[in-house]
Formats: sequence, C-alpha cells, structure tokens
Amino acid sequence: MKIKKECIAMLLAGGQGSRLGVLTKNVAKPAVPFGGKYRIIDFPLSNCVNSGIDTVGVLTQYMPLDLNAYIGNGQPWDLDRNYGGVSILPPYVHGKNGEWYKGTANAIYQNIHFIEQYDPEYVVILSGDHIYKMDYNKMLQYHKAHEAACTIAVLNVSLEEASRFGIMNTDENNKIYEFEEKPKEPKSTKASMGIYIFTWNKLREYLTRDEADPTSSNDFGKNIIPQMLGDGEVMMAYEFNDYWKDVGTIESLWEANMELIGEDSPIKLADPSWRIYARNPNEQPHYVAEGAEIKDSIVTEGTSIYGSVEHSVLFHGCRIGKGAIVRDSVIMPDAVIEDNAVVQYAIVGQEAVIGQEASVGAPKETCESGAIAVVGDGVSIGKGIQIAAGEMVGENRE
Amino acid sequence: MLDTMGLIFTYKYEEDLKTLTQVRSISSIPFGGRYRIIDFLLSSMVNSGITKIGMITKNNYQSLMDHVGSGKEWDLSRKRDGLYILPPFSHGDSFNYGANYRGRMEALANTMSFIRRSNSEYVLLSDADIICNMTFDKMLEFHKEKDADITLLYKNGRFTDESYNQFCFLAMDKDHRVTDVAINPAKDRKNLCIGTAIIRKSLLESLIQECQSHNLYSFRRDVLQANVKDLKIYGYECKAYMDLITSVSSYFDANMDLLNEDVRKGLFDSQNQIFTKIRDEVPSVYRNGSKVSNSLIADGCIIEGTVENSIIFRGVRIRKGAVVSNSIIMQDCEIQSSSQLNYVIADKDVVIRENRKLFGYQKYPTVLSKGSVV
Repeated sequence: MKIKKECIAMLLAGGQGSRLGVLTKNVAKPAVPFGGKYRIIDFPLSNCVNSGIDTVGVLTQYMPLDLNAYIGNGQPWDLDRNYGGVSILPPYVHGKNGEWYKGTANAIYQNIHFIEQYDPEYVVILSGDHIYKMDYNKMLQYHKAHEAACTIAVLNVSLEEASRFGIMNTDENNKIYEFEEKPKEPKSTKASMGIYIFTWNKLREYLTRDEADPTSSNDFGKNIIPQMLGDGEVMMAYEFNDYWKDVGTIESLWEANMELIGEDSPIKLADPSWRIYARNPNEQPHYVAEGAEIKDSIVTEGTSIYGSVEHSVLFHGCRIGKGAIVRDSVIMPDAVIEDNAVVQYAIVGQEAVIGQEASVGAPKETCESGAIAVVGDGVSIGKGIQIAAGEMVGENRE
Repeated sequence: MLDTMGLIFTYKYEEDLKTLTQVRSISSIPFGGRYRIIDFLLSSMVNSGITKIGMITKNNYQSLMDHVGSGKEWDLSRKRDGLYILPPFSHGDSFNYGANYRGRMEALANTMSFIRRSNSEYVLLSDADIICNMTFDKMLEFHKEKDADITLLYKNGRFTDESYNQFCFLAMDKDHRVTDVAINPAKDRKNLCIGTAIIRKSLLESLIQECQSHNLYSFRRDVLQANVKDLKIYGYECKAYMDLITSVSSYFDANMDLLNEDVRKGLFDSQNQIFTKIRDEVPSVYRNGSKVSNSLIADGCIIEGTVENSIIFRGVRIRKGAVVSNSIIMQDCEIQSSSQLNYVIADKDVVIRENRKLFGYQKYPTVLSKGSVV
C-alpha cells in the first residue's frame, strides 16, 4: 500500500565540508555543532517539520556514524511517523554492483525508488550546510501557482558578493532565463540558496537523462538546472529576504555563531512559532560560580563557568576553569578550558581540552580578519602550550 | 531489575507545601532549574533497570500527567510495560475510598488489579518526596541475600528537626534486622526510614488483602509496626546523596544545596542521568551588564541584571538593574528592571514589576503562587 505524500524532502548530507578542516575530521558537515545546542542539520530538519513536510530522506556518505546516531528515529523533530518520517539513505549495492554517490543529482537518482514509495507530486531538495528559518510550504505554493518545473530559492546579495554564488538571471516575473555559476561580471544579484523544489515527474525525467550521459558530473548546479533551462522548462526564482548563512568555512561558522549573541540577533532563534528542534543532551542547568564573569554571551545546560567569558558561545557540558579567559570564541560540547588558560578568537572542538595556562589564538583586535584558531574534536593542548592565531590543530600538543 | 516493578505514591504533605501544591501534587513541583521532583525517583528507577512503573495519584495530578506524558523521556513508552498512571476510582462496595485514601495500604488496595496483573516478582514501593540519584539493584540484592520479607531504605544521621516528625525511625540489630519501628520518637532519631521499600509481590498482595479485610490502611502502623516480630524486616542504608522535601523550607534548602559542586556531582552523574520533559528551549543569553555569581541557570533565559546564589528555571527573564539573591525563580517568570528579590520562591509565570522589593527569610522564604503579578 502506498501512502501518498504531496511533497517530500531530500536532504543532501553527504558532503565532507573540507573547508571546515579538523572540525569535520570525524563528522559530516551537517553534524557539526552550532549555536550552543544545535547541529547544522537541525535547521533544515526543523524547517521541514514546521513547513508541514513529514517525510525527509537524509542522504549520507561521508563519516555518517555521528549523524546517524544524532538523527536516530527522528523523534526530537517529531519525525517518528507511522508513514514517512525521517529515513537515512546511504549509498548501497544494487544488482551486482553499487557505487558511491557521484554527485548531488546522482544521489537523488540512486534513491528514485525511495521517493516513489511516497508517490509525491513535488520534491524539495535541501542541503545540510545552511543556517536559516524558512517556510518551504510558502515556496511550494509559489511553485504550484506558477506551474513551474523547478523553483529555486534565491537571496539578494550585494553585487560584489554575487561572483561567489550561483546567480539566477530572471525576467520581471522572476522567471529564470539564465543561470551562471560564480560569474565574473554578474548581471543579477539573485544568488541560489541551494534550495530547490521540483515537480517530481520532471525531475525524474531529467535525472534519468543525466544518468545516461557519461560526460555529466551528475550535479544539480552544473548539469540538471542548465539542461532544464536549455529545454525551456518553466523555472522560477523564489525570493527569500530573511537571514540565511552558509556555514561552510571556519570564518562563516564563527560569524554565524556570533550572530546569535546580542539583542539584534538577525536569526530569531527564540521565536516560538518557528522552533528549531535538537536532540537534547539531558544535562543540568549551567552553573556560574562566584567570581565568574559572563558578558554578552550565550550559554547552554551542563556547562560550569568559574572563569571569565566574553562575547562567546558555550555549548553544553563545557567547563571553564578558574581564572580562564574565553573571548570571541565558540566552545563546542564537553570541551574543557582548564584554569588560567586563555582562548581568544577561536573555535574549540567537541571534547577538546585546553590545558592550564595554555593559550589559543590572539586578541581579535590584533588579528587579521578570519585568523581564527581552531582546535579539533578531542584534541588536547598541554599545559602552557601556545596556539597562534589562525592555526588549525588536529593532533594533541604536549 | 527486570523482576521488579516500581510503585510511586505521588502525593504527600500537601499541607506543608501549601502554595507550591495548590496547583499540583508534590511529585510535580518544579525543582533544580529544569526538573520536577518526580524526575529523580523515576530516573533512579529507570537507571536501575526497572521497566514497569505505576504512579498512584490522589488529586491535583493534571500537572503530573502533563509532565510525564507517555513516559518517553524516561524510556518508559514501551510495548511491554512502561509507565502507568493509577488514579483513584470507585468500584462497587468500596465506593467510600474516593480520592481520600487514609493510608498507603488503602491506596494499594485500589490498585490491586494492576498489581495482580503484573508478572514482576518484586515491588519497589516509594514516596515521591525524594531528591536522589541512586540505583536500587544493590538493595534488591541485599533483600534476596537476607531472604527478607520487607527491606526498608533508611538514611543514617541526626534528624532532630521537627520537619521529620512525620517519619518512622528504625532500630536494628547487628544483622540489620529491624527490631523496632517508631513514628516520631522522642529519642533515637538516627535511622530515618525513607518511604522506599522492596517487598515480594505475593506478600504485598496478601498484606493488602489482610489490611482490607480488617479495615486497616496504614503501611507503617498496620504492616510494619504490627508485623515487626513476625516478618523479616530489614533496613538497607542509603549512602548516596539524598534530600527529602517535607516543607517549604526544606524545599528551599534542597534547591540551594545544588549550588554545591559535590552535591551536583552526586545528583547529576553522567552515567546515570536525570531525565525530564524536554522543552526545546534556546540557549540562555547573557547581555552586557549582567552579573551572575554562584547560581544555576537553565536554558531559554535572558539575563540582563544581577543574580546571586539562586536557581533560575527555563525561560526566565531578568531585566536590567534587577537583583535576584538567594531565590528560586521558576519557569517563564519575568523580573522587571530595578526590582530586588531576596529569599523568594517565585512559582511559574510570576511577574515582578519595576522597582518592587520583596524580602523573605532563609527559614521562611516568601512564596509567590503561580502566575501572580507583584
């Protein structure tokens, strides 16, 4: 028996996110911790649920174990459903052979059977590396109203930035007539956000054709979208005017974390009408000791603070020792900053230990922009060791 | 402990906790920033491997039901066994019970069909006034080893305070066999009997029937005291950290104990977690000008003022210039600017308007009832 779903989502979560360096050594990018108690993937997953999409396929490939464990049966996002819910979709062997996902389009192609179980009219394609709150249902209504084959969410960026993105050139009705990947001389400022809605019949047709072409690199941006445009399909740009952030680099990940601090935080995390859900680590309220100092920061349950914290994001289960100073930094779950250590303009990975009197990074004012020191997951920095600004540490230092 | 089921009496001392139990039973009083009192016992039982737990309720249990839901946060939403809420009901000739149990044995008689149907061999009975994180497997081992009829959990110490006047105290021989059970004795208040006991299910069934047929109802008087010679009653010492909530002032002290690192280590062991209902709150935000010292703060708070020696629950807002000292501020309260609180317990959704000043005393903290606006 097929239970029909009008629209399902496919979330591409297989990328390594190599620009995040040591932070994705053992986890896929979508599983990287974000914002005190979340992981990046919580944002698209919560958006799906809040938009009324209850069937989500999560395509995994690179280092999936942590991500699999995190998603589990989908219960934290209300995605444990009788029909649909969340499904983890790794590449698998079929017939005599099998293969890895060769590209974004190929990943969806290999899961045509999964999609057809739900007999959907529309499929939303998402990626697991952006921080934003978006109602996909509004976008779907727009897609339906324009009887489009494909609708691409776009963000207005500045003209200078436009050459870093895939740019949609549209007519006055937002119908796309041209797509340019990272143009040197952009004609438009409508940047693709990597969020697509396809009419499933159309997408299936193009995926099958694309697969038959041995020269194709099986990628949505490089192959599917240009092919559809060339064939004259109706392709619409859906303008999105709220907060959206690609957290694919160390600097943008740091920035996005910092943007949660302060009264004018552009992403309204606390808005109860659009909650971001996360698997709960089940820890006690955080403890702030006598003599501790916290300014302009966000702090999560399970953390104890004995030192001083300024303009930083502290995840759950951390410990900031006596006399330690944490400034302009992101401290990921269960990391320990021992007594009198100093962490400035840095990202400290999960379960990392910064020894007594050690120093990581340098004051932000003295650093070049982007010279963020990074200590990888589980790395331990010995007593008194100095880690320079902008340095990335993946091995223990004694 | 798959052979044991838990039975929790979720009500007690409604008189002494007045304001806090106006809208709920003792078991669902918020505690420690993000918990309810019942979470500690429920989690302890679950961490001991107990998979079947019945909660005997009397009145005002809507808040408790809302809190535990299907039990999934404690892994108690299961195909086999899980969490059962056992509300009072009237049946046939025992119509007179209503919700007004005279004692534990009467409450147990009311849940007799639940007990009978269970295929557990042992029953762990407990009151819900305990803040602890312990496992009961050693106690069960002890019970089996001694071939005991009833094993009672006790805490050794000096309990002269009058808040322990409602408790039993045990006298034991060298072998820990109980020789005397005294309620509120004048002296020998050393071995405080916590309302937690292990008993073979078949024995419990016959004791319930025995009491019912003689119109007896008290577990302490009609079972323990009456049978101290005939039954093999043993005492098992609880060595873990534990606090009993018997009054507003002991509730206040037990909360404040959490500011001690050793107590937190004892209660929030990472191997045996305390589970609670998830609220999906955002992290807490500290703004410029905030000053916090020796306090526990849960998620979802916005701190702009000063907080010292306090417990702040989820979703609390402390505005600029406000000073909160030695206080317990529950979920979603708002402390507006320049107000001052000292030794105050603010129940959920309380609003303290600008420039208000409220002072209680350590032994008599001022309690503001749920939703009040000062």
